[in-house]
Amino acid sequence: MTEYVITTEKGKWEIICGLEIHCQIISQSKIFSGASTEFGDDVNENVSFVDAGMPGMLPTLNKECVHQAVKTGLGLNAVINKYSEFSRKNYFYADLPQGYQITQFQYPIVGEGAIDIDLADGTSKTIRIERMHIEQDAGKSIHDMSPTKSFIDLNRAGVGLMEIVTRPDFRSPDEAGAFLKKLRSILRYLGTCDGNMDEGSMRCDVNVSVRPYGSDELRTRCEMKNVNSVKFVMQAIESEAKRHIDVYENGGTITQETRQFDPATQTTKVMRKKEFAHDYRYFPEPDLPPLILSDEFINKIRNELVELPDAKKARFIKELGLTAYDAAVICENKETADFFEKAAKGHDAKKVANWLMGDFFAMLNEKKLELKDSPVSAENLGSLVELITSNVINGKTAKDVFALMAETGENPEKIVEERGLKQVTDTGAIEKLIDDLLASAADNVAAYRGGKVGLFGWFVGQIMKQSQGKANPQVVNALLKKKLG
Amino acid sequence: MSNLTDLTISETLRKFKAKEISPVEITKAYAENINACNKQYNAYVTTTIEQALEQAKTAEQNYMNGTNRPLEGIALGIKDLFCTKGVRTTACSHILDNFIPPYESTVTQNLLNDGALFLGKLNLDEFAMGGSNETSYFGPVVNPWSKEIKLVAGGSSGGSAAAVAAKMCAAATGTDTGGSIREPAAFCGVTGIKPTYGRCSRYGTIAFASSLDQAGPICKDVTDCALVLNSMAGYDEKDSTSSKIAVPDFASFLGKDIKGLKIGVPMEYRVDGLNPEVADYWDKAAEILKAAGAEVVSISLPHTKYALPTYYVIAPAEASSNLARYDGVRYGHRVEGNGLDELYISSRTDGFGREVKRRILIGTYVLSAGYYDAYYLKAQKVRRLIKNDFDSAFQKCDVILTPTSPIEPFAIGDKKMLENPINMYLNDVFTVSVNLAGLPAMSLPIGLSKNGLPLGMQLIGKAFDEETVFKTAYQLERGANFVRI
Repeated sequence: MTEYVITTEKGKWEIICGLEIHCQIISQSKIFSGASTEFGDDVNENVSFVDAGMPGMLPTLNKECVHQAVKTGLGLNAVINKYSEFSRKNYFYADLPQGYQITQFQYPIVGEGAIDIDLADGTSKTIRIERMHIEQDAGKSIHDMSPTKSFIDLNRAGVGLMEIVTRPDFRSPDEAGAFLKKLRSILRYLGTCDGNMDEGSMRCDVNVSVRPYGSDELRTRCEMKNVNSVKFVMQAIESEAKRHIDVYENGGTITQETRQFDPATQTTKVMRKKEFAHDYRYFPEPDLPPLILSDEFINKIRNELVELPDAKKARFIKELGLTAYDAAVICENKETADFFEKAAKGHDAKKVANWLMGDFFAMLNEKKLELKDSPVSAENLGSLVELITSNVINGKTAKDVFALMAETGENPEKIVEERGLKQVTDTGAIEKLIDDLLASAADNVAAYRGGKVGLFGWFVGQIMKQSQGKANPQVVNALLKKKLG
Repeated sequence: MSNLTDLTISETLRKFKAKEISPVEITKAYAENINACNKQYNAYVTTTIEQALEQAKTAEQNYMNGTNRPLEGIALGIKDLFCTKGVRTTACSHILDNFIPPYESTVTQNLLNDGALFLGKLNLDEFAMGGSNETSYFGPVVNPWSKEIKLVAGGSSGGSAAAVAAKMCAAATGTDTGGSIREPAAFCGVTGIKPTYGRCSRYGTIAFASSLDQAGPICKDVTDCALVLNSMAGYDEKDSTSSKIAVPDFASFLGKDIKGLKIGVPMEYRVDGLNPEVADYWDKAAEILKAAGAEVVSISLPHTKYALPTYYVIAPAEASSNLARYDGVRYGHRVEGNGLDELYISSRTDGFGREVKRRILIGTYVLSAGYYDAYYLKAQKVRRLIKNDFDSAFQKCDVILTPTSPIEPFAIGDKKMLENPINMYLNDVFTVSVNLAGLPAMSLPIGLSKNGLPLGMQLIGKAFDEETVFKTAYQLERGANFVRI
C-alpha cells in the first residue's frame, strides 16, 4: 500500500484517524415509539407522546430496529452481543424532549468487527470496527426562520440510529473515503440504512491526530462533528492534520476539543472546548430491561443475510471471469450487481460487463436516469451481447441497435429484424463487393502492394460502408487479405 | 345517608347487585363528603364530580341490564400522578399546574374499563417526593385523625390516604417509590398495598424513580385492596418493565388458613430507641398471627442499615433524569428567558419546589463524572445485597412482619422534620428496602397510639406472591379489629 506522508520543511508526519458513523436505521417506526419514520412529511407530523417526552410516557423497543442492527453487525463481520443494555445520556437541548438520549453505553449490541477496503493502488486493508450500538436520534432545531425564535421539528426525534465506531486505523484521507464508500455499500446491500450522507441518514464524526512519521506515540486528537459527505470527510482529515502539524512545528500544543469542518473554507473551527464538554451522566435506562438475544434469533438473521459485496465480487471474478476492477465497480451497488447478473445470465459475462460499464452507464448518465428507470432492460442488454457473440450483428451495428433500444425500449432482436441489420456473413456477397472495389481502386491496390500496408484499413472501411455496416468484419478481413495478396 | 360512605367496596358491590342502593346515590354521598370536608383536609386538588355522576348513571344502567363490570359504579379518587385524559394532572408541582394530558394512564384505564368512576385528583408531595405531603404545590394534606393540632397525612400519597380515611372516596390509587402508599396508609388508619414491581403498568404515571415506582390501591380494608389491585394490575405492552406473570384473583385468598405459615420478624428492624408503642404493637401483631396458626421465626436482613442511603442515591439519580423533560419548552410552566439556557433555568427554578430541587441536585451529583462509581454504582451493588438478604430470608419464612413507620403522624410544619431533611427520610426506614428489592408489601392499621393516632403494620411478601400477603393481612386485620374513623 502507498503510504500517505505529509512532508514539510521541518519533517515528515503521519495521520491517525478513526471514524464514528451514525446511520439511520431503515424501519417502519421509530426505535422506542410507534411513530412513523417517513422522511419529508409535514413538520412535527410523525411525533408520538413518547417522542415529545410527555409526562408518564415510556419507551418500548422496536424489534425491527434490533433485527436491523443484528443484520448490520453480521454485515460488519462483527460479534453480536447476546446481552446488551440501554443507557441514558443526559443533556439539555430543545430538540431532545426527554432531556436525555436513550443509547447504549457499556454493553453495546454489536462488538468487534472488521471491513476490508480496496485502495486505488490495487491493495486492500482491513479496518477494525470497535463496536456498534443503537440509540435514538434527536429532533431538529431550526434557527433561521425568525430573528428571535427557534423552531423545533420532532419528526426525527426517536428515529433509530446505529453508531459504528472504528479503531483509529486510517492513515490517509483516501482510506477513510474508501471505508465510507464500502460501509455505505454494505448497508445498502443489507437494506439497514440508505446511506445518504447529504440527507443526513448517514453522518460522520471524524477523529484526527498526527505523529512524526514512523513513531508509535498517540497524540491528542480532535473530533469534527457531522461531516456530511465522503469528500468533505477526506478534506476535513487533510485540513485538520495540516493544522495539527502546523501547531506542533511552531512549538504549540493541540488541546482536545470538538471542531466543525467548513467545506467552503476547507478549514475546521472550534465548536466546544474540552472544559465545556458535557458531563452526560450515563446510567442504565431503568425503563428498558436488558436486551437478550437468542442464538435462534441471531442465526435466523444470519441465514437470511444477502450476499455482500465482497462475496459477490469474488464470485463474479471466479465464476464469471470478470477482472477484479470490473467486479469491484459492478458490486459497489447491489442494484447494479443484480442488473448485471440478470443481463449476464446465459451470455458472455465479460462482454456484458463491458457494455454495462461503457455504453449502458453512459446512456443513463446522458439521460440522467436511475438504473431502475433504464429503458434498456437487463434481459435486452444480455440479448444484445448474444447477438454480437453469435455473429448476428457486428460491434458497430450493435452500437446503433443499442441507441435504438435506449430510445424505444424494444428488444434488440426485433430492432435487428425489422431494420434488416443482420450482418452479412455470406462470403460470396462480400467477395463480390471486394472484387468491385479492387477493380475500381487500382491505384490504392498498387500502393498497398507496393508496401503501403496502412491502406488496409481503408479497404475494410470501404467494404463496411458499402455493406451499410452489415458485413462481418472478420470475413471482410480474411477475404481482403487473401485478395490483396 | 352519610353512612353509605362507611361501606367498603365489597359491601357496596353486594348492595348494588341486590339493588339496595344505587351508584348515583353513593356517588352523591361521597361528593357531599368532599364538599363538606375537602377544605379541611385538602385531599383533592381537582374534582370531577359531574363527570363521576354521569359515569354513575351509566353504572346504574349496567346494573339494570346485568352488564355490570367488576368495579361498576365504585367511586375512586386518583392520585394526581396518574395522567387522566382531559383532566388536569399536576404531580402537585407548579411546573405542571396547567397540564391536561391527552392520554389516560394504563392503571386508570384499567379501572375505568372495570366500571370504576373518578371523583377527582388527589394531593401528593410534589412529584411524589416527600413523606408528609408537605412538599405539594397545593399545600399539605391534613390527617383526618388530627385533633387540636393539624397532623400530616403522610406521603407521598397523602391525599389518597386522607380521602379514604375521611370517606371522600371508596378507595384511591396511590404510588409507592419508597413507602408512599404504606406510610400515609399507616398514618391515616387505612390499608394500602404496593404490589411487586412490574405488577402494575407505569405507562401514563408521572415518573419519579423508574426502577422503584409502583402503583397500588389505598382502601378501607384488605378485601377492598384485593378487588382494586386486581383491576389495576396486569401486563402492559406499553411498559417494558411490566410483568407477564398472570394476575391471580387476590380476593380468592382472603380468609384462607394460615396454619403453619412462617412469619419472619427481622431482628435488625428492632432498632434501639424504637418507639415502645410501635414495638408493642409489633409483638401484638405477631401474637395475632400465632393465634391464627402461623409460626413466628426470627430472620436477618443484615444490609437493612444501608437501605436508606442506597435509596437516597438511586431514587434521586433516576429522578434527576426523569424530571429533565420539564423544561418549559413543550408544555407546563414556562418562564420566558433570553435564550434557551435562561428559559430552562427560569422555568425550572420557578416551577420546582425546594425538595424536588434538592433531589435533582443530589441525583445530578451522584451520576456525575468522578462520583458515579462512589455513589450510584456502589448503591446499585448494595441494592443487590439487600435483594439477596430478602432472598435468603424467604428461605426461612413465607412473609415478613414489620411496623410500617417508626413513628406516629406528626404535626404539619414540625420543626425537627423541616430543619433537616434526613429526619424526614428516616421515617422511610422500614419501607424503602422493599422498593429496592421490588417486593410486594402491605400496610394495615394495627391499633391506636396513646395519643389516639393510628399505627400500621407492614407485611412483606416474596416477589409476585401477593397472595400470601393478602392471606396473612386478612387474618391480622381480623385479629386487630381496628375501628376506622
